[in-house]
Amino acid sequence: MKGFSELYLTLDASNRKNEKLAALRNYFSVVPPEDGAWAVFFLIGNRLKRPIRMTDFRKWAGLACGQPAWLVDECYNHVGDLAETLALLLSERKRSIRAQDRPLHQVVQEDIIPLRELGLEEQRKRLESIWVHLDGSSCFIFNKLITGGFRVGVSQSLVATALAELANVEPAIMAHRLMGIWKPTPCAYKALFTGSHSEDQTAKPYPFCLSYPLDEIARSRLDTISKWQVEWKWDGIRAQLIKRGNEVILWSRGKEMLTDQFPEIVEEAASWSGSIVLDGELLAWDHDSPAPFSELQRRLGRKNVSVKMRNDVPVLFMSYDLLEFDGVDFRNKSTQERRSILQSWSSGISSRYFGISPLIEACSWEVVLRLREESRRRRVEGIMLKRKEAPYHSGRKKGDWWKWKVAPYTIDAIMIYAQLGHGRRAGLYTDYTFAVWNEDSLVPIAKAYSGLSDHDIRKVDRWIRQNTTDSHGPVRVLEPKQVFEIAFEGINESKRHKSGIAVRFPRILRWRKDKLPKDADSLKMVRSLLAVDS
Amino acid sequence: MLIGSSQQPLIKWTNRGLYCEKGDFYIDPCRRVDRALITHAHSDHARVGMKSYLTADAGVGILKERIGFDSSISGIPFGKHQRIGDVIVSFHPAGHLLGSAQIRVEHRGEVWVVTGDYKITHDISCEAFEPVRCHNLITEATFALPVYSWPDSQLVFEQINQWWLNNQSEGRCSVLFAYALGKAQRLLCGVDPSIGPIGVHGAVEKMLPYYRKAGRAIPEGIFKANAESKEKLKGVGLIIAPGSVQNTPWLRKFAPYSLAFASGWMAIRGARRRRALDRGFVISDHVDWKGILNTVDNTGAECVGVIHGYADALVRWLREERGLRAYEVSPKYAKDRPGEEAEK
Repeated sequence: MKGFSELYLTLDASNRKNEKLAALRNYFSVVPPEDGAWAVFFLIGNRLKRPIRMTDFRKWAGLACGQPAWLVDECYNHVGDLAETLALLLSERKRSIRAQDRPLHQVVQEDIIPLRELGLEEQRKRLESIWVHLDGSSCFIFNKLITGGFRVGVSQSLVATALAELANVEPAIMAHRLMGIWKPTPCAYKALFTGSHSEDQTAKPYPFCLSYPLDEIARSRLDTISKWQVEWKWDGIRAQLIKRGNEVILWSRGKEMLTDQFPEIVEEAASWSGSIVLDGELLAWDHDSPAPFSELQRRLGRKNVSVKMRNDVPVLFMSYDLLEFDGVDFRNKSTQERRSILQSWSSGISSRYFGISPLIEACSWEVVLRLREESRRRRVEGIMLKRKEAPYHSGRKKGDWWKWKVAPYTIDAIMIYAQLGHGRRAGLYTDYTFAVWNEDSLVPIAKAYSGLSDHDIRKVDRWIRQNTTDSHGPVRVLEPKQVFEIAFEGINESKRHKSGIAVRFPRILRWRKDKLPKDADSLKMVRSLLAVDS
Repeated sequence: MLIGSSQQPLIKWTNRGLYCEKGDFYIDPCRRVDRALITHAHSDHARVGMKSYLTADAGVGILKERIGFDSSISGIPFGKHQRIGDVIVSFHPAGHLLGSAQIRVEHRGEVWVVTGDYKITHDISCEAFEPVRCHNLITEATFALPVYSWPDSQLVFEQINQWWLNNQSEGRCSVLFAYALGKAQRLLCGVDPSIGPIGVHGAVEKMLPYYRKAGRAIPEGIFKANAESKEKLKGVGLIIAPGSVQNTPWLRKFAPYSLAFASGWMAIRGARRRRALDRGFVISDHVDWKGILNTVDNTGAECVGVIHGYADALVRWLREERGLRAYEVSPKYAKDRPGEEAEK
């Protein structure tokens, strides 16, 4: 595992893309396929099914390092990463037994995965005997493999680029080979370099083409509208529908297989003749328009979708691109061509579960701008712009696909609670709760973690430390003095929240130092936004 | 008599800082007072505006540099007893930086020690920490969590040297952020000057004469890093500067460079990652968790007051695991030091 630990530490220590690339190349050029397969598995963002409960894990690490549980918790709050906390605490207790180096695949397959089958006491003993043999950084990596969340500042595309260089193919080809479910076997790893067909080739999705937000500069540089395909930006789950032979698979952009959650779409697609791969959006559908995203969420995370759920939350696959047709990869054809093939193909399809994203016909950008203002009423997120000549890119490429979202809702709210952050923000108060006025009292309205600059984060952190009035566990209660402008995408009634309201994707726009607490918005005002959204 | 728990504690917290009524003086006061006893010259301990200052002889020069040459600053040799009011006061090395002191206060056989900031690990740039027997110890707690356990500083210097050499081979300048007083000079005494030229920021350079005068091993040939000297440093040099220069035009003069930070906070990955640094070197001028526990043992204190940092965790641990009388010196949250800016 030493090689993998070193790779992790190098990737983690560097801020330079070229250095990371070199580290990946060096690692993969010498690693045996058994280990390489697992390294790919973790680096592209997969995690093992948790072999033990996190509370047990924490407890046993505490026992192993001889610290009381409350102090382990205190340390975890401070460090913001459980695997790291436990590695730091355990390194204190390290006996002088020489650290053993075992290959990554052995550690995973023989140490970690079998833990699941053991009884509690056996798990504890097993872990303790493993920890003793691991040096500081290996102990951290080992814990990381168990706790998951293996973020190390490499993207899947960087891994693909490194492997592509070794295999001497284009990065886009390697990115494609890495798509779908990654089986960490030596065979799958070797196939990355030979490109030979593996058994699950039919399930393989293509890398998604991603858009950039249209900022003011990009907007001012847009050329004539006739060069652009204009569509609504749907507010659902981006997905690829793959029908090859008789098999139908739905992949989300988050690399989750959604086949089981949308059975009616899968059944519908299975009835089509031939093979096809479509890019589109999964939406909850209400007669002739999208239902709120919160409806769609009811479908997710379920093993089985009941008949009742099918009836309560009707869904639709809104397709907007065609990537493959009868076994031919169409991604290098222009957007315009792909669209016309999609249209002529779909003319033979008539189904309540399947739609085709309509084109917005506009003769000028002014018209598009005006239509964009209707987004909220239409329950879409805004406008998509796709250059008609552009191919279907792998990943994010600036210039050909733009998303032009409608401006978010904004309110002024008061910071009332704070908690220490995680990861990069460990040890800083960065997890905030905001409230608005309900008559004379404050009611929490949103939690937000992002949006402040590093500079402001530091200042806010200092302010929090000097203006704490009380604490409940890790949560600090603050003087209700600071006003922040909060933005969010959507708003819904909610029985689970004290305010009766749930906001979607809240984040901080700016610190309103110019405002006093009394200037913050009221619950009444926030509730009035409900009307606009429904 | 239960020493340290009498009705009137010998040293107590006030809104001006730690106060000794029997001697009518403050230790490291945070507001204007007549008589201030100063543990060391960092700005969160030594502030301008006091009518008179008393500090260890070895720290007088640096304190004057910081507070102003026209201030009323007097010194006292380490270990020498001096009567102030009804108490006897003496200063003892704290090992935090050149001239830093713990302050011992004795009243009718009852002994209190205020550590100020301190470390017990090896450091050739200042006097070594000296444990002082006492009944009541007031200790700092900046790094009072068991996740903080300092590596051997010699190993860290080797890592720094290696990083510097690697940067040279890549044609990059090595920029090492460190607090300008104390840490920077410690680093200068520890790195291998034969590797290449060493430039320092003006705030670091200003303090060097005091270290040289005290006979500390600051290498010869160190110069101010600026527009005139940049060609000497580019691609090969080591620059030691305070972290505040990150993202400034001053720093950009020396591009391309690798950025590193030398601080105890670097023990935590998140602290390093959010600063967009290439490297973090774990080297601190404060005690780590074990160091605090050793110090508590070595002083023989029965009662421990905790100030700054992770006071509540340390207090609870001392009570529950050691059975000592321990308390937070300042009211909860009143003097909470902000995260990593605090390490001085």
